[in-house]
Amino acid sequence: MDKKFHNNLIVSSAPHIVSEYDTTRLMGTVLLALLPSLIASTYVFGARVLLLCAVSVIASVGFEWLYNIITKKRQTIGDLSAALTGLLIAFNVPSNFPLWMAVVGAFFAIVIVKQLYGGIGKNFVNPAIAARIFLFISFASAMSTWPLPKMAATADAVTGPTPLGVLAEGGGDLASLGDLFFGFVGGSTGEVSALALLIGGVFLIWKKVISPIIPCAFIGTVFVIGAIQGGGIMMGLWHVCAGGVMLGAFFMATDYVTTPKLPMGQLIFGIGCGFITMLIRCWGSYPEGVSFSILLMNICVPLINNFTYKYYCGGGKNEK
Amino acid sequence: MSQGKHLPSILVPHHKNTAGRETEVMPIPDVVKICMSQSIGAPCKPLVEKGDYVKVGQRIGDTDAFVSAPVHSSVSGTVKDIEQVRGSMGGFETLIVIETDKKQEVSEEVKVPVVNSFEEFVKAVRDCGVVGLGGASFPTHIKLNPKNVDECDTLVVNAAECEPFITGDNREMVEDAQDVLDGMQLIMNYLDLKVGYIGVEENKPDAIENLNRMIEQNGIKNIEVVKLQSRYPKGAERVLIYEVTGKTMNAGVLPAQLGVILDNVTTIGVIGNYFRTGMPLTRRRITVDGDAVANPKNVYVPIGTQIADVVEYCGGYKKEPKKIIMGGPMMGRATKSDESCTMKNTGSLLCFSKEMAEVKEETACINCGRCLNACPFKLVPQIYAEAYQRRDVVKLEKFKVMQCMECGSCSFICPARRPLSFYNKLAKGLVKEASAK
Repeated sequence: MDKKFHNNLIVSSAPHIVSEYDTTRLMGTVLLALLPSLIASTYVFGARVLLLCAVSVIASVGFEWLYNIITKKRQTIGDLSAALTGLLIAFNVPSNFPLWMAVVGAFFAIVIVKQLYGGIGKNFVNPAIAARIFLFISFASAMSTWPLPKMAATADAVTGPTPLGVLAEGGGDLASLGDLFFGFVGGSTGEVSALALLIGGVFLIWKKVISPIIPCAFIGTVFVIGAIQGGGIMMGLWHVCAGGVMLGAFFMATDYVTTPKLPMGQLIFGIGCGFITMLIRCWGSYPEGVSFSILLMNICVPLINNFTYKYYCGGGKNEK
Repeated sequence: MSQGKHLPSILVPHHKNTAGRETEVMPIPDVVKICMSQSIGAPCKPLVEKGDYVKVGQRIGDTDAFVSAPVHSSVSGTVKDIEQVRGSMGGFETLIVIETDKKQEVSEEVKVPVVNSFEEFVKAVRDCGVVGLGGASFPTHIKLNPKNVDECDTLVVNAAECEPFITGDNREMVEDAQDVLDGMQLIMNYLDLKVGYIGVEENKPDAIENLNRMIEQNGIKNIEVVKLQSRYPKGAERVLIYEVTGKTMNAGVLPAQLGVILDNVTTIGVIGNYFRTGMPLTRRRITVDGDAVANPKNVYVPIGTQIADVVEYCGGYKKEPKKIIMGGPMMGRATKSDESCTMKNTGSLLCFSKEMAEVKEETACINCGRCLNACPFKLVPQIYAEAYQRRDVVKLEKFKVMQCMECGSCSFICPARRPLSFYNKLAKGLVKEASAK
C-alpha cells in the first residue's frame, strides 16, 4: 500500500457481520425439503407431475417478475418465495390437472393474494392455500378427479376417489395405513407420500428453518381427535397420513408470513388447524379440510399474536 | 456455580484466530495522539502545554468532574500540539499530540500505591486511570464505590468475551492470570465481598485451565471460574449477571443495586498490575484481525497510537481495507479513517476488505420471528422497527424498547438483512426525546 492512511472507510451501525441465512437460503431450503415428495409423487403418478410443477413454478415466478416490472418495484423473484408458492400450488392439485388452470391458480396466488397486499411478508393468508381453495371452488370437477396411482390403475379405471373421499362417502375399502404412509393412493400431487413429507419436514426442523411446534401441535391434534372419534390409535394414524395433513403441517402451516411468531401462538395455531381439519373431515360436507383450516387460522393470526405478545414482551423475568 | 438457566442467545461464528498467539509488544510509534475523552463522563482538561516534555505514566489530563478518570502519557516525548478534532461520536474532542523520543523514560509519578483503607483504594484506582476496558469505558473507581457498598457481597468478573475475533481477554487470563487474581483479591478485600466469580465462555479452555491452576496454587477459596455457553451475548452485563448469579437486572439498574460488583477481566488485570508496579493504564492489549490484515495478532499498543501504525506492525494490509472496526464486530464502532487513534477501550481493530465490509441490502420482513427468538431479553425488534417508522412512541414504550441493550443479535440473525438493532437505537432515542419534553 503506497499511501499512509486510508480515509473514507465504510461507516455503518453495528453489528458488522450477519448470519449466513438470508431469505433466499431459507426458501431454498424449503424447496430442497420438498424434493423427496416430488420424487415420490413422480414415482406414483408418472412424469406429468414434473410438467405440472414446472408450469406452476414458472408461472408463479413469471407473474411476480411481471408484476414487479409493471409496478416498477424492486425485483423480488431472487428470494425464491414465488418459486416455493408455485411448487406448493402444484402439490395441492391432482396430477392430471389442466395446465392452464394451474397458471390461473398461480396468478391468483401471486398477484391477488401476495402482491396486491404488498408483496412478500405482507400477505395475510398463505398464497398457495388461497390458490388451492380458489381452484377448488372455481374448477370443482377438475379439482376432485383424482388419478389413481400407477400401481392401482387398470385399463378401465384411471381415476378414483381418494381415501378420504371413500371415508366421507362411506362404504368401500379404506386404503391401508401402509399404502397411505408410502403414498400408493390417490390424492393431490404432493400430499400422497407421508414418508417423503416427513423426511422433508424433519430436515427443515433439523436445519432450524421451522420450529417443530406447529407441525407437532397440528399432527398431534389430528391424531387425538381421529383416535377419539372412533377407530382408536390406528384410525388416528390413518387420519394423520391421509390427505394433506403432512404437507399442510410441515410446509404450509409453517409459512413464516402467515403464522404466529411466538411459541405459545404457534401452539394455539397448530391446535386450531388440527381441530378445524378434523371438524371438516368428520362432520363437514367436504372430505378434506386441511386447506380451509390453515386459511381460517391464517386469518386469526393477528389476534393470536396480540394475545401472546401480552404474555411475552418484557414479561416474566425481564419485567420492569 | 452457573445457575443452570440461560437467556436466549445466538450462535455467532467465533473467528478466534489469535487465541493461541502470545501478545507482542509493538515498537513505539513516531507520534501518538492521546484523546482527552477516554471515559464515559466529563472529558479531561490537558495538564500539559505545547512544548512540554512528558514521560511514561505522567498524568497529562484530569478533571474535577465526578464521572471521569485521569489520562496518562503512554510515551516519553515532547508535546507537539493540542488539537481539537471531531470525534467518532460527533462532538469535538481534544487530542494531545506527542512526538516520541522512543526512550520511554518513566515518570517520577509512577510508584506503587500504598493503600490502607477503602477510600484510599478507590482513590488509587482512580489514579490508575482505569476505565471499563470491555468497551463501555465507564470509570472503574466509580463502579467500585457504589452508594450501597455495604450491601454488595459478590464480585463478578466478565471474561466471557463473546464477541467474535477478539482474544485479548483470553490472553490476559493466559498470560497475566496472577494480575487478575491479585486485582480480584484487592477488590474483594477492600469492598468486603464474600465471593468472586470469573465468567468465561467454554471456548477458552486454556484460560479456564490456567485460572483454575492459579487459584489452586494460590490457595484461594472464594474465587470460582464459571463456565458459560459459547454463545452470543453471554458477556453483556445483564446477561452475565443472570447466568452467573441468577439475578435479574433491568435497564437503568446498576449491578451494585443487586449486590454485585461487575468488571471486565482486563480491567481487573490492570488494577492488579497497577498495585504491583505502580504503572497506570498507558498501554493495552489489542487484537488486530480481519481479512485485510496480513498477520493477525495480539499486540500491546501504547494508548493513542494511530491505527495505521498498529496495522503496519501486523504486516500491513494484504487487501484494501474498506471498513475498520474499533471493538468487536457485533457492537464495535466503525471508524472513518485509519488515522484515528486507539483509546483505552479499544479492545480490537478489525480491518475488513470489500467482501466483508459490504452492507447487505435490506429486503422486506418475512415475519419469521427470528429476531424475537434471538433477543436475550425477549424483546420484539420487529415491532420496534415498525413502530419507529410510524414514530409511535406509545407502542415503543408499551413493548419496552428501553430494555434493549443494542447487542445486535436481531440484526445478525435477520434473514431479510434489516438493521433492526439500528432501528432500536433510533427508537430509544425517540423515546428519550419524547420523555424529555
